Amino acid sequence: MASLRPTTPAELAEAVGAAAASGGRLEIRGGASKAAIGAPREAAILDMRGFTGVVDYDPAELVLTVRAGTPLAEIERMVARQGQMLAFEPWDHGNLFGWPEGRATIGGVIAAGVAGPRRLTAGGARDHLLGFKAVSGRGEAFVGGAKVVKNVTGYDLPKLMAGSWGRLAAIHELSLKVLPRPRMQATMVLEGLEDAAAHAAMARAMGCHAEVSAAAHLPAAVNDGRALTLLRLHGFEPSVTARCAVLPGLLSEHGPVGLMETGEADALWRGIRDVEPLADAETLWRVSVPPAGGCTVAATLAPHGARWFFDWAGGLVWAAFDGDAAVIRGAAERAGGHAMLVRASEAMRAVVSFQHPRAAGVMALERRVRRAFDPTGVFETGRYLDEADAD
Amino acid sequence: MSLVMPEPDQAVLGRRDAIVAALQAIVPGEGVISDPDALRPYESDALTAYRQPPMVVVLPERVEQVAAILAWCHGEGVKVVPRGSGTSLSGGALPLADGVLLGMSRFNRILDIDYADRIVVAQPGVTNLAITRAVEEAGFYYAPDPSSQIACSIGGNVAENSGGVHCLKYGLTTNNVLGVELVTMEGEVLRLGGRQLDPAGLDLLGVIVGSEGLLGVVTEVTVRILPRPETARAVLLGFPSVESAGQCVADVIAEGIIPAGMELMDRAAVHAAEAFVQVGYPLDVEALLIVELDGPAAECDHLIEAVAAIARANGAGTARVSRDEAERLAFWAGRKAAFPAMGSLAPDYLCMDGTIPRRRLPEVLRRMQQLSDAHGLAVVNVFHAGDGNLHPLILFDTNQPGQLETAEAFGNDILRLCVEVGGVLTGEHGVGVEKRDLMPAMFGEVDLAHQQRVKCAFDPMLLLNPGKVFPTLHRCAELGRMHVHHGQLPHPDLPRF
Repeated sequence: MASLRPTTPAELAEAVGAAAASGGRLEIRGGASKAAIGAPREAAILDMRGFTGVVDYDPAELVLTVRAGTPLAEIERMVARQGQMLAFEPWDHGNLFGWPEGRATIGGVIAAGVAGPRRLTAGGARDHLLGFKAVSGRGEAFVGGAKVVKNVTGYDLPKLMAGSWGRLAAIHELSLKVLPRPRMQATMVLEGLEDAAAHAAMARAMGCHAEVSAAAHLPAAVNDGRALTLLRLHGFEPSVTARCAVLPGLLSEHGPVGLMETGEADALWRGIRDVEPLADAETLWRVSVPPAGGCTVAATLAPHGARWFFDWAGGLVWAAFDGDAAVIRGAAERAGGHAMLVRASEAMRAVVSFQHPRAAGVMALERRVRRAFDPTGVFETGRYLDEADAD
Repeated sequence: MSLVMPEPDQAVLGRRDAIVAALQAIVPGEGVISDPDALRPYESDALTAYRQPPMVVVLPERVEQVAAILAWCHGEGVKVVPRGSGTSLSGGALPLADGVLLGMSRFNRILDIDYADRIVVAQPGVTNLAITRAVEEAGFYYAPDPSSQIACSIGGNVAENSGGVHCLKYGLTTNNVLGVELVTMEGEVLRLGGRQLDPAGLDLLGVIVGSEGLLGVVTEVTVRILPRPETARAVLLGFPSVESAGQCVADVIAEGIIPAGMELMDRAAVHAAEAFVQVGYPLDVEALLIVELDGPAAECDHLIEAVAAIARANGAGTARVSRDEAERLAFWAGRKAAFPAMGSLAPDYLCMDGTIPRRRLPEVLRRMQQLSDAHGLAVVNVFHAGDGNLHPLILFDTNQPGQLETAEAFGNDILRLCVEVGGVLTGEHGVGVEKRDLMPAMFGEVDLAHQQRVKCAFDPMLLLNPGKVFPTLHRCAELGRMHVHHGQLPHPDLPRF
């Protein structure tokens, strides 16, 4: 596969501009940890790993500016040294596809809108991208947003870029909001709950003063026969202790609530973030619904031999489901959400779009927005299966 | 006034009676206002320096009517300006002489409250505070709290991406909205986002929030609600210099504390506020900081002492922790009175809204004082210190010839200064007409063209709220042209593998 590896914004602009002018196609790529998501395709690679390193980081300002090809792991280590974190809890998809840890770049994480358990309360990638520098499909360098945490000047293009999967522009520099790392983390656990009871318990916990920052449920089928409902709290020690104490009384109708040992809890949360309970799934789906809808999606899948677990208080369902895409997508829609196909055979990915189809009017509007940034479709690589429909 | 708006289309003005009749056919009864006297209340929003009565006002109450109005105006080439409660501080709802003013005030119902999913679905004319009122009995609230929250509408909050004093901890509107129903200028009704956290495709909702009424008309909003914090406590801190107050803010954050609110007032603001409401602010300080912590009592008690200790280490002479709710509210009463208190100093003031990197605060205040001397107008500063959002208040007298123009020029200089030090033109008030012509100070021509093409994707005829945000109205066809690289070959030294 042909590959371009620019190292300056000017080279990037030339590479995109030349490809666009000749009717070429470019796949923007960082560490390729998510390359197996989407339809098989044969586009030239625009390798962004020539853009690495920190541009500006003043921890007191809560703003970090980095080049897009910088590995996520490197950034996380750097902010951790300053007692800070990327609060949306981004993660490396490499594990899911058999790659060694550490390939994911910050640009790829933002472009795919990747966020972990804390997304429930801290916001997603979109909420932490403050500004960017990029080259659009027109081959033109442009900027969006800014390097301060509060800004409403002009359209909020960073929101549009986060989660756009590289269909609008090649981002080469990002400004991110960073936050203090919690001094203490504690996980309270309920055992043996069925899905419906777990959802009720999580909703109850999220609606009280305990300020639960993450809530997940592992059914017995994906956790060695032991169903666990996990509630994570973080903050300063006196506060965490006081808030943990609220939960046993509040949730008493669901059984005893215990404090989980820290090492075990950290491992479980990391596993939930990285989808480890379903690591052996042939076909892996990610269903995003209103929290109460998670249960109904699972109930629909149960007769089909699926396995699943819940994050985001039930609003994120990870499901191993080898049946008809229409079944899971229908269930997601009825619950008010959508289903993304994250891992599947090449044959399936060639015919089932990884993104959930939107209403016709929204698809048409998305297409007009894409053409605004990328008039020739240089970033339409065949990965999304809506290109023919769209162009 | 120095503002230039798009030239009114005489052909449209000539068809005014027919346009009024067409709107009356869509919204019968009292929903169309065309009498010149009755149009007066709509001639400006909260940026009252600019006034322009609209051609006609229409007040629909159903989404089908909104869609029909927009489709008809689109077909006839008539401009439309959407309006919520008219509390914009940047002129976002300033009418056009040849435009229909689309008022959303009749969309005033809360449609659904779901405590299990922790969301409220509201029509856009519902006020910000009414959402909190509707859920507070159950122990919830809606976090963004712009100072106009008693009057401003949630639809207007979406258009402006409104903030408030608590947004460092709880985010702006964009971080608290999950979905909208939107009507495009062509009259198409779309749903963007929903009750779940992530969009299925492009995050179009993300660009709708803060688009200042240029991309579509919102007819329904889904917001997330939060459990109301158990307690809140504030500490009042007086500093001998702005530098030491700024260092205190940085040290609080470095300690890992994100307060619910962190407000800084300069000497002039402290004196004006104290004279106005007598809440016991210390007058022997150069800067006053109010830090508010919220959460469980155990957390507030722990952190408030930590903050007070950091402040004392930075030379704070005053460090008063609120003993009860009444005292906490008294601390805030002075800050909240800062704007009305300006009335005792001057007949008029302009409120600016830039954001800067916090570390540049002492320098910015110093240079602002130099600008104040040069322009011959006083400036008073209040500052959302946690997120670097500065509100300089420029004092002037409209009745003195030339003073409004001088104040505007001074304000523009302040905002250019904000951009120069790495900040932005507006942190929460929006660009509107007020900062429109300053956009090139922050964005290059290519940057602005990329934003304007988003506008074209939503509204190719540029009929929705034209003359706002962007300094130049480019026709969409003109923006669509590809950039030509002077026939140059691709970069010869680009490595290829």
